[in-house]
Amino acid sequence: MRSRSRPVAEARSGERAARWMFLAPAAVYLLLFFGYPVVKNVVMSFQQYTATTFYTGSAPFVGLQNYAKVLTSDLFPKALLTTALFTAGSLCGQFVIGLGLALFFRRRFPLGGVLRSLLLLPWLLPLVVSGATWRWMLDPDTGVVNAVLRGLHLSSSGIPWLTGTSQALVSVILVNVWVGIPFNTAILYGGLQDIPPHLYEAAKLDGAGPVRSFRHVTWPLLRPVVGVVLVLGVVYTLKVVDIILVVTGGGPADATETLATQAYELSFRQFEFGRGAAMGNVLIVISLAFALVYLRAGRRARSVREGIA
Amino acid sequence: MISPARPPARRIAALLAGATALLLTAAGCGGGPAPGEVTSITVLDYYTDEPEHTQWAQTLSDCGRTAGVKVEQTSVPGASLIPKVLQQASSRTLPDLLMLDNPDLQQIAQTGALTPLDRYGIDSSGFAPGILSTGTYDGKVYGLAPYASTVALFYNQDMLAEAGVAVPRTWDELKAAAARLTRPGRYGLALDANATFEGTWQFMPFLWSNGGDEKQLDTPQAAQALQLWVDLVKSGSMSKSVLNWTQADVHDQFAAGRAAMMINGPWRIPALDKDKDLHWAVAPIPVPRAGQTPVTPLGGEVWTVPQSASKARQEKAARVLACLNSPSTMLALAEQHFTVPSRTAVAARYAQQVPSMAAFVESVEAARARTGELGVRWPQAATGIYTAIQSALTGQQTPEEALRHAQQIATGG
Repeated sequence: MRSRSRPVAEARSGERAARWMFLAPAAVYLLLFFGYPVVKNVVMSFQQYTATTFYTGSAPFVGLQNYAKVLTSDLFPKALLTTALFTAGSLCGQFVIGLGLALFFRRRFPLGGVLRSLLLLPWLLPLVVSGATWRWMLDPDTGVVNAVLRGLHLSSSGIPWLTGTSQALVSVILVNVWVGIPFNTAILYGGLQDIPPHLYEAAKLDGAGPVRSFRHVTWPLLRPVVGVVLVLGVVYTLKVVDIILVVTGGGPADATETLATQAYELSFRQFEFGRGAAMGNVLIVISLAFALVYLRAGRRARSVREGIA
Repeated sequence: MISPARPPARRIAALLAGATALLLTAAGCGGGPAPGEVTSITVLDYYTDEPEHTQWAQTLSDCGRTAGVKVEQTSVPGASLIPKVLQQASSRTLPDLLMLDNPDLQQIAQTGALTPLDRYGIDSSGFAPGILSTGTYDGKVYGLAPYASTVALFYNQDMLAEAGVAVPRTWDELKAAAARLTRPGRYGLALDANATFEGTWQFMPFLWSNGGDEKQLDTPQAAQALQLWVDLVKSGSMSKSVLNWTQADVHDQFAAGRAAMMINGPWRIPALDKDKDLHWAVAPIPVPRAGQTPVTPLGGEVWTVPQSASKARQEKAARVLACLNSPSTMLALAEQHFTVPSRTAVAARYAQQVPSMAAFVESVEAARARTGELGVRWPQAATGIYTAIQSALTGQQTPEEALRHAQQIATGG
């Protein structure tokens, strides 16, 4: 008995070691490039971390002072609301247009594949480039958007896309929707490919038209993917800095200032790295809440798929 | 999210630096290479645009030759200079010679990463006091600028002549002239009111010339200055897009004939000169009442010698810095970049040689350092000021309300 159980235990521990070795690269990578910055950022948010810290290394702990300052500043509620509107608006636009395009490209037609890959272009363009181009197109006096509106007699004076405090947010949302469509289309298109064609055939035999087969076949089977797209979209949109900085710079009059641009502003313009980190952590907490939803959605997606199989 | 400094790495760097220092000492005792044998030094600046970049490369290598070293110049875009400097400060890899935009000097000097220039026996006499104060932190000179610049009023001579408008000298004249110069597709005046320190920089001449002060922003003087900008936008003499324009955009509007006048700096002159059909001239910024002298903010970059383990390299860097700030170099630089030499005697000579620069020479004499009063607290005040400009120009707040809020930002954040 004894002599037999030993090699089994050894084999088992060898297996365990192998398992750990396969895990190690990913774990080390995560710890180094995700764990360290996050921990560092959390520590920083409790310190008085200024430009001087970089040279002297001394950053006295100040407890919750950074959080208190950030959360009670009169810009915070406004930036929080702007962040919510920006995220919700961007997601709605990206998702609806993305889903429409994904459904459209599921049909086979000449050059469909070429068009679908061309659709990825906005995604490949550096955000600073597309942001600058949009800023130029949306310029209230000389931009092409207002020129078209005037030409079509839709607006006599033009819309103050970048200079109106209520219009500027709409403009950055428009730009961000444009940037986000390829991502949504690509993922949703992939999700559509996973739906077995025989279900549509069965639905057709049962007399379902396109609307009913979308409602009863496509949508329920796509829902897990939808959850994933939306949650990833939330996380990606919450942290958008570059587009806003390039298009409006957070203005006019802080109308497009979000939590992310505030964090940038605090750290890199005012050299208040501690407060910038605190603001960043507020964003992390919000993202984390959505990430938990994502994990649950992923689990549901798996169980649904296993159900089909 | 953002983690620019890494203490463990720093500790290792410090250990390494310590070890190197020990080795160097040991080598010195053993009669190794003399510490004076520095053959090259590193330089960091933000002169990435041409022809500026090449011109500076030439000047630096000329000055390097007088100091007996080769100069390895690195230029990074303006916005990434400070993040880069902070990184280098924490990893102890700062260049031997460092250029800084003058309002940033206070922050960097406060960190202790720079050395006072009196240590190298550098002569800072004869510098205009305002310019000298931009490089002074805590009573010691840490940086010297070979030249200074400021903003002034550029105007399109043809458009003014056509409209029969004289060059405005007071605020009332400015408003009237801007209104008369405005046509469909053209604004009377363009300036930069955007939500960055650039917007603040362009507002300072209006604030200061009216007796306003960055230490106390909620004053009638400041409100009147802001009201002037609000009036210009409200009357349609100035595009509402000033809220987004950078100084480069302002230049483009002026060069394209979409603005008859603009507030901008002399570094735009080379580009303006290229267009032979554009007939422009420069005048001092209009003042509240006739006969007053405009008080403008000082622009320009200061050169500094950061802390380093090698005294010999610092000495060399200091000699290059001294050469950059010598009367002959500063005169050459000023001519190249259409700026004003920092030594008053040189500036006077320059004004005679280049009459088109006289308006700038005069303005620089009376110009003020943005950090002169507040030092390291300037960024908060500057943030308050551009926030107020944006709130007032969009009509969110009256100038008085906006400036009360600005004062809160400046003092507490």
